[in-house]
Amino acid sequence: MRIGVFVCHCGSNIAGTVDVAELAKRALTLKDVVHADHPMYTCSEPGQQAIIDAIKEKKLDRVVVSACSPHMHEVTFRRTCDKGGLNPYLFEMANIREHCSWIHTEMPVATEKAWDIIRMSVAKARQLEPLWSNEVDVNKDVLIIGGGVAGIQAALDLADAGLKVTIVEKETTIGGVMAKLDKTFPTIDCSACILTPRMVDCGQHQNITLMTYSEVEKVSGYVGNFTVDIRKKASMVDWTKCIGCEICVQKCPSKAPDVFNIGLEPTKAIYIPFPQAVPKRAAIQVDFCRYFQTGKCKVCERVCPAGAIDYEQKDEIVRKEFGAIVVATGLDVFPWEDYYGEYGSGKIKDVISGLQYERMLNASGPYGGHVHRLSNGEDPKTVVFIQCVGSRDESVNRPYCSGVCCMYTAKQALLTKDHVGMNTEVYVFYIDIRATGKGYEEFIKRVQTEFGVKYVRGRVSKLYESNGKVMVRGTDTLLGEQVEIAADLVVLATGITAAPGAKELAQKLNISYDEFGFMKEGHPKLRPVETNTAGVFLAGVCQGPKDIPATVAQASGTAAKVIGLLAKDKLKTSPMIAVVEQKNCVSCFKCIEVCPFSAPEKQEQRDGSFKSHVIETVCQGCGVCVATCPVNCIALKGFPTDAILDQIQEALLV
Amino acid sequence: MADTTTTTQASGAAQGAAPGSTGAPAVGKPADRPVKVIGIVCNWCSYAGADTAGVGRFRQPANLRLIRVPCTGRIDPLFALKAFQAGADGVLISGCHPGDCHYSEGNYYARRKFELLERMIHHLGIPEERFKWTWVSASEGQRWQKVVTEFVAGVEKLGPREGRAL
Repeated sequence: MRIGVFVCHCGSNIAGTVDVAELAKRALTLKDVVHADHPMYTCSEPGQQAIIDAIKEKKLDRVVVSACSPHMHEVTFRRTCDKGGLNPYLFEMANIREHCSWIHTEMPVATEKAWDIIRMSVAKARQLEPLWSNEVDVNKDVLIIGGGVAGIQAALDLADAGLKVTIVEKETTIGGVMAKLDKTFPTIDCSACILTPRMVDCGQHQNITLMTYSEVEKVSGYVGNFTVDIRKKASMVDWTKCIGCEICVQKCPSKAPDVFNIGLEPTKAIYIPFPQAVPKRAAIQVDFCRYFQTGKCKVCERVCPAGAIDYEQKDEIVRKEFGAIVVATGLDVFPWEDYYGEYGSGKIKDVISGLQYERMLNASGPYGGHVHRLSNGEDPKTVVFIQCVGSRDESVNRPYCSGVCCMYTAKQALLTKDHVGMNTEVYVFYIDIRATGKGYEEFIKRVQTEFGVKYVRGRVSKLYESNGKVMVRGTDTLLGEQVEIAADLVVLATGITAAPGAKELAQKLNISYDEFGFMKEGHPKLRPVETNTAGVFLAGVCQGPKDIPATVAQASGTAAKVIGLLAKDKLKTSPMIAVVEQKNCVSCFKCIEVCPFSAPEKQEQRDGSFKSHVIETVCQGCGVCVATCPVNCIALKGFPTDAILDQIQEALLV
Repeated sequence: MADTTTTTQASGAAQGAAPGSTGAPAVGKPADRPVKVIGIVCNWCSYAGADTAGVGRFRQPANLRLIRVPCTGRIDPLFALKAFQAGADGVLISGCHPGDCHYSEGNYYARRKFELLERMIHHLGIPEERFKWTWVSASEGQRWQKVVTEFVAGVEKLGPREGRAL
């Protein structure tokens, strides 16, 4: 055996704490190691060339790169080995950066630990064997979960590229949060004017199938071949007949909370969220419907000119196959009422959330764009905005910045002056102003100077009602004094929180998420729209707070990645899978019981008996069967038992 | 391999000065060497969590040596016993939180095995404080630091194991 070891400097990332030259020298003393080097940047072009040259010149049959995490560059170096003519699975990586140089400070300590890690990796490398990938057919259909602006953008990009796209959206219409907005910063463009044509495009595109009022129930399979069960929720309206005329909505006698307008005014039990809905179809909120609650009514059935009402409708599970999945589930507004007792917990009528104010400003909202006090309907003379409600606040477990509130507050402050009049007093309480996008800082300046919005640096400690006003008590930290403002209307710059059900969806897709429910990208810079599950991609706020331009850009980036994946007719599967040594199999079939993917099967032998056999293209390489097999006759390629035991031995050599 | 042995002893001595590590280096007296802990972690959650800790420069004691496997479900409990047999002072197993397994349910199989191992390990003459299994997700760099630091501190309290046999 001829092993080559490359101990990377990674500039000073590793060499600053680990004596890489010394380790390369020591590596040469190890059994089977015939070549050792310490390149400055092993992943760079000359670094990779050095590996290729060494494979050829020194006839290496194993390569160990001691550098960063395999999650960072394992794929890179496998490719390098391949180029050098070495089977890419005869490569092993020793992580001496993330797991060593970056967490230790003292050179001797880190160097000795790195030495252990390198020896362990060499020990593993000795046990590796060449592996070859299989090829599977690729389904070229794409599932997009979430029909907000991210899902819409990704869908249109993919559909224009000729791929068949299905959008699954839990509400009855696509559009998401952007459909609720009045204007967008920093241009004060009309949100609906930008979005609704895109929504219509989605509805009419021959390559896009809309499945609204539906949710993902179950996901199985793997990249290129996912099987997804989608629950089509019962809307009690036959959407093949419904023409969206809204007569049922006008005649319905039952009131229900209006989710689209964030509870500002009630809607009807049978509803269409907004006039530009796509698809424009009615649905009954069963919990509030008089017929479903009392057994009498059926007004909607009588008035419907299309005969679309169907009280017997049941949820339906639709099974579909996809090659790739894009998650674009967006966000929810931080539920401030549950956390901010000092702001009245939602009991003060004239204290509303940023999104509620957006609906109030919106001409197609419940008030036709009339800004007024909810307590008495009068125009407000003094409006106060409070920033960072549910953002940058550890006391409510939201230490992160939502990224959009500074800007939307400035926009709403401007629009307040625009709707109510320039003589309206508008105050903004802020911690810092974060205006990092293109044209954002200029916009803030314009709001402050041209529109005369007064910015007060400090947090509001209490809101309370007094003499028909909302008293805003806070501190001006720049002047160092207490401030009290009698406001007519208070708008909270409510932050972004992960969409409800985001964690459950992530679990169904086997992708990672953080403590706040935002989904984790493969790598923040190298794989920002991929997840660690091949074939599952991210777009928009489900990955972390961002504004509309960033969301749209990311969605297009995601679409490009999906197109890249599905441009191939065949996909290479990982050869690191389980293989049964059938001569030792005792036919207990425990492997079949434990496998999460039903990869092992009973295979008939020549003598008529049955032994276990793992279907290569189905196996995902978890190794659960390997640890379960009572006679140890299943091997996991790439992670052989002997390698693990040798790593243990090597780590403990004293 | 003579070279290897001496350097590894040096490694032991050097680690005596590591943060979180106690005990003065004393070559030749095995009871005074720094403890060595074997960690076996899944590729998707805990190995990545350790990466996240590294990227975030969350300092940790230098006593841990990690072995990466695809899933905790792939870990034979005998690996832990082999490690103790080979002289490990502690064994740490970590994978994805319940519900988060990359392979849907591998960590549930692991949980059953390691619950059992945890309960029986003192029958083999190993105090249960020397064995730990837990969950650390890919985003929990800080939690990884805490798990490692606390576990190593607990093993250090017991000190290095004198005999290697189980």
